[in-house]
Amino acid sequence: MPIYQIGPKRLVVGAHYGLKEWIIQRVTAIVMVVFTVVLLVDYCVTGSATYEGWAALFSNQFMKLLTLLAFISLFYHAWIGIRDIWMDYIKPVSIRLTLQVLTVLYLVACAAYAVQILWKV
Amino acid sequence: MVDSQQSVKKDRPVYKNIGLAQLIKYRLPWAGKVSILHRISGAALFLMLPFLLYLLDQSLASELSYQKFQAITGHFLVKIICLGLIWSFLHHFCAGIRYLLLDLEIGVEKVDANRSAIFVFFLGLALTAVVGLKLFGLY
Repeated sequence: MPIYQIGPKRLVVGAHYGLKEWIIQRVTAIVMVVFTVVLLVDYCVTGSATYEGWAALFSNQFMKLLTLLAFISLFYHAWIGIRDIWMDYIKPVSIRLTLQVLTVLYLVACAAYAVQILWKV
Repeated sequence: MVDSQQSVKKDRPVYKNIGLAQLIKYRLPWAGKVSILHRISGAALFLMLPFLLYLLDQSLASELSYQKFQAITGHFLVKIICLGLIWSFLHHFCAGIRYLLLDLEIGVEKVDANRSAIFVFFLGLALTAVVGLKLFGLY
C-alpha cells in the first residue's frame, strides 16, 4: 500500500484514485435504468396519458421513494460526469474549482426542487 | 537512404495538442464518435435539468398545471428542444449500457466493440424517431 502523504506533498494521483467515483457512476446508472424500466412498464400497462393516472403513479409512497432515489442517482451521476469534463478541458485550477463549486450548488438546488415537486403530489 | 527516411518522417502529421483546425481532419472511429456524443448528450441533459424539472413540476402539481404542461409541450419550438433532449437521453442510455457491458468484458474485442458502437449510434436515432413521431402526433 502506498503511503499517502498529508500536507503540501500529498500524493494526489495513482491507482485507486477515482475508483470510488467510477463505481458510483455505474451504480447510479443502474438505478436510473431500473427507474426508466418502471416508467416504461407503467406506460405500457396504463396506456393512456391522463393527469389522474400520472399523478396517481407519483402519489404512491413506493414510487415517490424510487423516484427520489433515481433523482439522487441522477445528480450524483451528473456530478461525476461534469467533474470529468472540467478536469479534461479546464486546466487553470482557480477556474476549474469555481466551475466545480457552481456545479455542486446547481445540482443541490435541482435536488431540492425535485423533493419539492415529489412531495407536492 | 537516410534522406528518404527523414522525408517520410517529415510528412507525418504530429498531434501534440489537437487544435480545432485539426479536429475537422481527425477521423474518429465509431467508438470515438459514440463516446464524444455520450459526453455531449450528458452535458446537454445536465444544462437542461431545470427545464426538465419544471416540466415535471407542471405535469404533476395539479389538473390546471397539467393543462399548462400540455400547452408548453404543444409549442413547436419546445417540441424541437424536447426532441433534442429525447435523443440525448436515448443516446446516453444506449451508449451507457454499452459501457456497462464493456466493463463486464462483454464485447471488448476490436471488431465487436466497433460493431456495438455502430449499433448503439443507430439504435439511439431509431428510438428517437419512434418517440419523435409520437411527439409530433404522427401516430
